[in-house]
Amino acid sequence: MKIIVCVKQVPDTSGKVAVNPDGTLDRASMQTITNPDDLNAVEAALTLKDETGCKVVVVTMGPPPAEGMLREILARGADEAVLVSGREFGGSDTYATSQILAAAINRIGVEQGDIIMCGRQAIDGDTAQVGPQIAEKLNIPQVTYAADIKLEGETITVQRMLEDGYMTIKVQTPCLVTCIKELNEPRYMSIPGIFECYDKPMSVFDYETLKDDPLIDPTTIGLKGSPTNILTSFTPPQKGAGMMLPGAEKADCETLAGLLAAKHII
Amino acid sequence: MDFTLSKQHQLLRDMYRQFAETEVKPLAEAVDEEERFPVETVEKLARYGFMGIPFPKKYGGAGGDVLAYAMAVEELSKVCGTTGVIVSAHTSLCCAPIYENGTEEQKMKYLPKLLSGEWIGAFGLTEPGAGTDASGQQTTAVLEGDHYVLNGTKIFITNAGYAHVYIIFAMTDKKLGNKGISAFIVEKDFPGFSVGKKEKKMGIRGSATCELIMENCIVPKENLLGKEGKGFGIAMKTLDGGRIGIASQALGIGEGAVEETIKYVQERKQFGKRLSQMQNTQFQLADMHTRMQAAQFLVYSAAMKKQAFTEAALAGKKAPSYSMDAAMAKLFAAEAASDVTRRAVQLFGGYGYTREYPVERMMRDAKITEIYEGTSEVQRMVIASNLGVK
Repeated sequence: MKIIVCVKQVPDTSGKVAVNPDGTLDRASMQTITNPDDLNAVEAALTLKDETGCKVVVVTMGPPPAEGMLREILARGADEAVLVSGREFGGSDTYATSQILAAAINRIGVEQGDIIMCGRQAIDGDTAQVGPQIAEKLNIPQVTYAADIKLEGETITVQRMLEDGYMTIKVQTPCLVTCIKELNEPRYMSIPGIFECYDKPMSVFDYETLKDDPLIDPTTIGLKGSPTNILTSFTPPQKGAGMMLPGAEKADCETLAGLLAAKHII
Repeated sequence: MDFTLSKQHQLLRDMYRQFAETEVKPLAEAVDEEERFPVETVEKLARYGFMGIPFPKKYGGAGGDVLAYAMAVEELSKVCGTTGVIVSAHTSLCCAPIYENGTEEQKMKYLPKLLSGEWIGAFGLTEPGAGTDASGQQTTAVLEGDHYVLNGTKIFITNAGYAHVYIIFAMTDKKLGNKGISAFIVEKDFPGFSVGKKEKKMGIRGSATCELIMENCIVPKENLLGKEGKGFGIAMKTLDGGRIGIASQALGIGEGAVEETIKYVQERKQFGKRLSQMQNTQFQLADMHTRMQAAQFLVYSAAMKKQAFTEAALAGKKAPSYSMDAAMAKLFAAEAASDVTRRAVQLFGGYGYTREYPVERMMRDAKITEIYEGTSEVQRMVIASNLGVK
C-alpha cells in the first residue's frame, strides 16, 4: 500500500497580492506556501502511514524552486517526492495539469490498495477541479470533500462534508480522495525530519520522462493544450454592508417582509 | 566566512518559529502567572524532537548539531523563557554529560528515553555552600560493595521534580578537594532520593527550581559517570556547553523583547505621532537590535565550535577548546538581554510595567541569565584566564 499526495505551491495570499498587467498573478514577487488544503491531504496520508507503515509519495507540478516545498513535506514525514517540471508543462490550466499529474502518477504506479490524496482546492485558482480530473483520467473512483477517512482492508470509508450534512461512502482502492481542512490538524515538520529531508529520494519528471504516456500529447498540455483562456481578471466590487434587523416581534417581521418584497425577493 | 544558514537550519528556524508562536506563546503568560511547569508543552516538544536535538539517531536523538539546538532554545525563549530553559537544562546539563562521558551501556540505558523526551533530565551541582565556588561540595558518596551511598543537599535545581534522571556531583574523597569529586547518574526513584522545597523566583517562574535531598541514597556502582575523582572536570565541561544553552535563552529573550517593542511602537501614539516616528524610539531600537545581533553571532559561533570540539573528542582527536567562546557568548548575550528588556519596558512606558504586556516578564526572565550556569563574573574569570591574564 502506498499513498500518493498531490500538492501545489501557491502564493501566500495572507501577504500582499501582486497582479501582472495582463491580469495574471505576479507569482515571482509573492511569498509562496504549500496550499493549505494540500497539507490536510499530507496529514491524512501521514496518519495512515503512522497506522500502517505505508509509503507516502508526494507529487507536485511546478518550477524547480518547488523542490523547497517538497523537502518541507519530506521533513513532515513523507518518504519520497516527485517534482514534475518542464517548460512544456508551463501555463497549463486544470485540464492540462490533471493530464500531466495523472501521467506522473501512472509513472509512479498505482496498485490495488493505493490511495491518491489531494487538497480540495488551491487558494490561488479555487477551482477544485484538478483532483477529480486526475481520478477521471486514471479511471479510478473519487471521493471529494473528505472530513474523515477510515481504512478497512482494501476499502476506505470516507465521510464527505457537504453544505447541508454528511455523506458516508465506502470505496474500493485504488481511489482518489480530496481533503478539506476539517479532516485534521496538519503536523509540523519534525526536527529529525528536517535533518533527513535532503537525503530522501526526490525524482524530477520532465517532458522526456512522461512523453510516452498516452495522456501526454502536446495538444493537451501546457498553455497551448489548455482550453481555459483568461480574458481579463479584476477585483470584484466589495459587497455593501449588510443590514441588521433586531427583534422577533410581529412588527419586525413585517419590516423584514416589506424590505424583501421591495427587492422582489418574495 | 559564510554567515548564511544551511537549508536545514533555515527550515529548522521556520519550524521552531511556527511551533513557538502556536504552541508556546499562548501559554507563556499563564505559565509565568501560575508558576506552572508546562507539562503539555514538554510532551509536544518531545513529539517533534526538541528534547534530543544535538545527538545521533543511534541513541534516539534528532541527528542534529549544537547550532540547531541553540537556535531551538533561542526561538522558544523569544516567546517563553521558561520553556527555553527546560530544554536547555535537559539537553546541556543531563543528556550531554551522559553522551560525552558515559559508557556505552549508560548511553544505551539512559539516552533513548531522555532524547525522546519520555524522561526529562536535570543536573545537581550547586549546594547551599557551593555556588560559584563549586569545589566546596559537601555531598558525599561512599562506595559500599556494589553501590555508592550518597548524602547531601543540592539547591536551585532546574527541572527538579519533573526530571527522571539527575547528574549529581558528590565527594568520593574529601581529602583530594576538586580531585575528590565524582559524578553520578541518579534516577528519581533511587532509595533515599527526594525533591525538597520549590523556590519562589523573580523570573522563569514556570521552570521548576527545587532542592534535592539525598539521605543514604543508594546509587548502583555502574551509575558512576566517568571515573571516580573526575567529576569536577565533567561539571566544568558540562557547564561550558550549558552556557551555550543559556546564552541562547538570553538571546531569545532579548530578541523577543525587540520584536514586541517594534510592534508596540508602531501602534502607540503620543503627541499625535506614533512612538516609532520619534527619534529616541528609533535610536533605542537600533541599539537594541544591534546588541542582539552581535549576541547572536557570538552564540552561533560558540555553538559551531562546540560541535567541532565534540565531534573531534568523540573521534579521539584534539580540537580547540570552546570554553572561552561559550563564556563570551553567555556574558554578552545575558547582559544584552537584561539591557534590552529593560529598555523595552521603558519604551512601553506604564503599560510595559503591567503584566498585560510580555516585556516585564521578559525583563524578569532575562536577569537569571546573568546568574545561573556561571554568573557574568565567572564568565569574565574564564575569559581572562583564557587570555592568560592571571
